[in-house]
Amino acid sequence: MRGKYPRCLRLVAPIWNLSASGSRCLSSAVTPEGNQRKGGMLLQFLADRFYDVEALRDYLFQKQLSKVHKKNRSFVGIKKRYGPYIAGASFVLKQGGAVKFQGQEWIRATGHGYSRLKLLNFQAVPIEAVDASDCAINYEGLDNILALKELQSLFLQRCPHVDDWCLSRLHQLASSLQELSLAGCPRISERGLACLHHLQNLRRLDISDLPAVSNPGLTQILVEEMLPKCEVVGAEWAQGLKSGPEEQSQDTASPLPT
Amino acid sequence: MFRGAVWLLAGRGSLGRGLSTRSGGWTPDWTEKVSEIKKKIQSALPGGAWHPLYDTSHLPPEHSDVVIVGGGVLGLSVAYWLKRLEKPRGAIKVLVVDRDHTYSQASTGLSVGGIRQQFSLPENIQLSLFSVDFLRNINEYLAVVNDPPLDVQFNPSGYLFLASEKGAAIMENNVKVQRQEGAKVCLMSPEQLRNKFPWINTDGVALASYGLEGEGWFDPWCLLQGLRRKVQSLGVLFSQGEVTRFITSSSHMQTTSGKGVTMKRIHEVHVKMDHSLEYQPVECAIVINAAGAWSGQVAELAGIGKGPPDTLEGTKLPVEPRKRYVYLWHCPEGPGLETPFVADTSGAYFRREGLGHNYLGGCSPTEEEEPDPGNLEVDHDFFQDKVWPPLAHRVPAFQCLKVRSAWAGYYDYNTFDQNGVVGPHPLVSNMYFATGFSGHGLQQAPAVGRAVAEMVLEGQFRTIDLSSFLFSRFYLGEKVEERNII
Repeated sequence: MRGKYPRCLRLVAPIWNLSASGSRCLSSAVTPEGNQRKGGMLLQFLADRFYDVEALRDYLFQKQLSKVHKKNRSFVGIKKRYGPYIAGASFVLKQGGAVKFQGQEWIRATGHGYSRLKLLNFQAVPIEAVDASDCAINYEGLDNILALKELQSLFLQRCPHVDDWCLSRLHQLASSLQELSLAGCPRISERGLACLHHLQNLRRLDISDLPAVSNPGLTQILVEEMLPKCEVVGAEWAQGLKSGPEEQSQDTASPLPT
Repeated sequence: MFRGAVWLLAGRGSLGRGLSTRSGGWTPDWTEKVSEIKKKIQSALPGGAWHPLYDTSHLPPEHSDVVIVGGGVLGLSVAYWLKRLEKPRGAIKVLVVDRDHTYSQASTGLSVGGIRQQFSLPENIQLSLFSVDFLRNINEYLAVVNDPPLDVQFNPSGYLFLASEKGAAIMENNVKVQRQEGAKVCLMSPEQLRNKFPWINTDGVALASYGLEGEGWFDPWCLLQGLRRKVQSLGVLFSQGEVTRFITSSSHMQTTSGKGVTMKRIHEVHVKMDHSLEYQPVECAIVINAAGAWSGQVAELAGIGKGPPDTLEGTKLPVEPRKRYVYLWHCPEGPGLETPFVADTSGAYFRREGLGHNYLGGCSPTEEEEPDPGNLEVDHDFFQDKVWPPLAHRVPAFQCLKVRSAWAGYYDYNTFDQNGVVGPHPLVSNMYFATGFSGHGLQQAPAVGRAVAEMVLEGQFRTIDLSSFLFSRFYLGEKVEERNII
């Protein structure tokens, strides 16, 4: 008999942010929207009563996960043949990001400067900046980027699968990384930001708009203390502080002599 | 159809009550009687707990293939992997028995929640490596359809072990083994320590090892609830009750050298209900002892250890509860966000908790100072005498702090060699152990669960070879010592 555990055992704020297309019926009801909700409820009703429907939902969910995994496969063959820079560049461009070789312009996957053959010219040229914003990079995919030992700027804005575990791997780029942007990543919390202290050469860090950070103002202060030579852009330290109406009147009152 | 009839009855019951007030003179608790009848009929329907005389829905089932004694993180991990590795799906009926569904004394919930790969035994390192992988992909392993994803709140801040002159050579050796197994650990000299963590006083420290990846701390309660939820969705049954007796049968056999030996098999487990003398005999094929700090008592119920000393029959399971204190304090000038889990040369440890300059810490007492494990009362003098002085020496900022709260929990302490016991008992052939991890059970639970499930289903370890953790080492006297114990 399947016991129904208490629903009040909410284990996390729903920050599961799967792509909208495939996950209509699978994502938990973060924002119930009319028809989607009704379809989801019917499927849930059936899944509660029939093993086949439950297995089907399981299968669809696993398929979604494996899609992300497939996108993040390591380019081992290319790496062996052409070196880590070409492998890293191919990976980032395939995901939809942009790459900047030393002394060159930004190369985007959709722009007209990109062609596979042209990339081969840069076999020995190190990559100095990677823009992987909005890409589906995850913990495994980061392998390709961590092999770029001369990387100076890394932009990971709004990446849905970059989380605290990925941040713990960034220490491998400590010797060269100078600019890092994590703005808008839904899964990064202050616990992951704590392991950025390895990046001693970091000069600019963007941690604005991180929904999973519980206390943005305090986190900003603590991160600034942790990385004294770095300019930390993000929340204002007064964000989240509320000044009550009494405080203002106290400021204007004159202090009584003791 | 039956249900429809019952609901109609209930409806008519309330209607009948309406009628009765009009006509007057009816028994006032008619609706209660109706609900009792409803309950009886429902228990008689297929799928209900059927017993002709009384309702047995609160009792565990009468038959179960595997009974897991102990519903903490190790027991649930074994249940999860049994359900995951079984072929075909749904083949094995698993029952988890725990005497306290609130987990008030269970080691899992009271744990500090650290996970590290810095051990000296390769097996321990492999177990932790897999467990960290499990935690990282917890939403793939423990996904339940239409439930929110789990957030174990992992802090990837690493462990920092400090060694004095005496321990420096051992630490270097350990780090070599850890690197061989694939852990990312680096060694630091006192100078590098001071550069990286300026709040440390490196007086007396000769070497430090710092875990760079895959080490830190997390929320053990979340892992427990996640496992519980997933395991329930896979069809594992839970029962709240205490195991009071095993019904066994013995057969006398002879070894090849002619020595007589008594092999036992457990046939039934008696599960006693709370606050009552009622018990249910559960007929089972396999029993898994994951009772944590009380595993020694459960093993004695099966007759393990009852025999002349220095024989296999007389070898007890050397797991007993040991009380450990954890203190939470606030220090406004304390170390910053980058603080790892620091384990000092003296054995005292601490870690950060949250954003607000709160720290958790404690110390393992020496053998002579072991507190009485009869209750979970906290001794605050222990903090003043044994925990604060070494920590204040190591981190001068801790000279001014204020203790906010404290609690105590049990280690399932293996008095033989402080390492886990895994696998079947040589004589009681259907009791498997998953216990005795002496303080690092939580961080190895996913991997140990998988190893025990492999042992049960296939008869041998497939992924991680834990043959050095079998029970027979207690009889043979082969200690498998772990030198990095906190």
